[in-house]
Amino acid sequence: MTELRAPAGGIWGKTAVVGAYEHPTRFAPDKTAFQLHAESARGALEDAGLTVQDVDGFFTSGVGPIGILSLAGHLNLRPSYVDSQAIGGSSFVSHSFHAAAAIAAGLCNVALVTYGSTAASERFAIGTGTGGFVVEPPDSFEAPFGPTIVGSYALVARRHMHEYGTTGEQLAEIAVTMRRHAGLNPRAKYREPITVEDVLASRMISSPLHLLDCCVISDGGGALVLTSVERARDLRRPPVVILGAAEALRHAEIGTRDLLDVAARQSGPLALARAGVRHADIDLALIYDSYTITVLATLEALGFCAAGEGGAFCADGRIGLGGALPVNPDGGGLSSNHPGMRGIFLVVEATRQLRDECGPRQVKDATLALVHGTGGMLGQRHSGVTLILGRV
Amino acid sequence: MAETKGYKKPLPRVDEESRGWWEALARHELYFQRCRDCGTKRFYPRALCPRCLSSATEWVRASGRATVYSFTVTYQNQAPGFREELPYVLAIVELDEGVRVMTNVVGCAPDAVRVGMPVEVVFDDVTAEVTLPKFQPPRAPERQG
Repeated sequence: MTELRAPAGGIWGKTAVVGAYEHPTRFAPDKTAFQLHAESARGALEDAGLTVQDVDGFFTSGVGPIGILSLAGHLNLRPSYVDSQAIGGSSFVSHSFHAAAAIAAGLCNVALVTYGSTAASERFAIGTGTGGFVVEPPDSFEAPFGPTIVGSYALVARRHMHEYGTTGEQLAEIAVTMRRHAGLNPRAKYREPITVEDVLASRMISSPLHLLDCCVISDGGGALVLTSVERARDLRRPPVVILGAAEALRHAEIGTRDLLDVAARQSGPLALARAGVRHADIDLALIYDSYTITVLATLEALGFCAAGEGGAFCADGRIGLGGALPVNPDGGGLSSNHPGMRGIFLVVEATRQLRDECGPRQVKDATLALVHGTGGMLGQRHSGVTLILGRV
Repeated sequence: MAETKGYKKPLPRVDEESRGWWEALARHELYFQRCRDCGTKRFYPRALCPRCLSSATEWVRASGRATVYSFTVTYQNQAPGFREELPYVLAIVELDEGVRVMTNVVGCAPDAVRVGMPVEVVFDDVTAEVTLPKFQPPRAPERQG
């Protein structure tokens, strides 16, 4: 095991997640998203043993272009550092990265990151009801042809199958593994075991992706509290330290885009280098699983296996609990929850795993976790944010 | 607002950057842009070359021949205009000139589409002003081999 210490100097290893909370709800028709933000903020602050008056850095997304103003008002916050990074579902992973930088630079002391959404009770068809608007210049060359979100990921899956012979069965194994994990998580939306055959027999949404290749749609919320490692030592929970992070964007370029060139290819190696750790050191990974292909493509791009080997890598039990690289012990977006932008739950679960408080789904002796959030549409414009967290 | 005759799908915004593209399509011609200063080809059309930021741009006519780079048969889309046409094929095709564009593959059964399949442009006049470039398997026998 490599020593868990970030390279000397810089911002790494100086900030810790000290409060983490996942709202238990999966369906909350009588709550607003703001209420879920607020209840999640309370949960994370209680977990940290801090009060709302301690918060001087505020990070959120998914609340509309200037919605952070209304939400700060709802929570009666007067932060001196704010960040409303909006790069899709990975935004909250990015918030954690930026909060670490801001705290290490002395720009704020206690950062609060919040998320809330009522996508399920609003019957918002996240994957198959959007993408049909012309808002920005590239939309004029895409939206007229009907690219759904799932369709965009399906383009990546089809190209991967063509280049590497990846199969629907290999993708299905990822959904099966996530469901097995969800069976150990009492709050997961779907917990009944499924088989590869079940996935392949579920209705086709956008070929080659079936219904069970797609994340669930739920309501939900979550929050994180971060502060300096120094201050964290006096708090209630064992600090989970941010050892490294990096982010990247990918898009259609100038009509030259390689569908298999995923943002994680840039952010992953950089985050690992900043943390001073290697792939073999990672005890578990929290990988944004909007679709099964997202997991496969991300693990390859991060460098856990070579390009083209993701299918075999995911299908042999390696990413299950007890395997060499357990992925998403909570059941992920494929089975536990996905209110539209799931990034915060990746950091919450990583934190709780590194504190050894996950009961039957606990990864034994977990000291180092990799989180990777994907935001936007993998086959079109998307973001990737990698975070390395460690128990010290 | 132009008469769209009940056409429900999203329509492009035609502006200074993209007008040449849409006007060519209305004439049933397919063009892409190339920078006059550094020679870099680009799609989608934009005013400045992203490589050298020059605004000296020329329009280059494309043959209309392409191959399917990737595709998906869409079985679920609640958006008006699309939900009436399920299943449809969303694709990225690579023009013979090396530019990749998003489109629909039409003129064949969705199940017949394959990655690497040769296709050629077909112009779909969806409104009086807007023509979309779609792609279909070639009609000419010499392209079949």
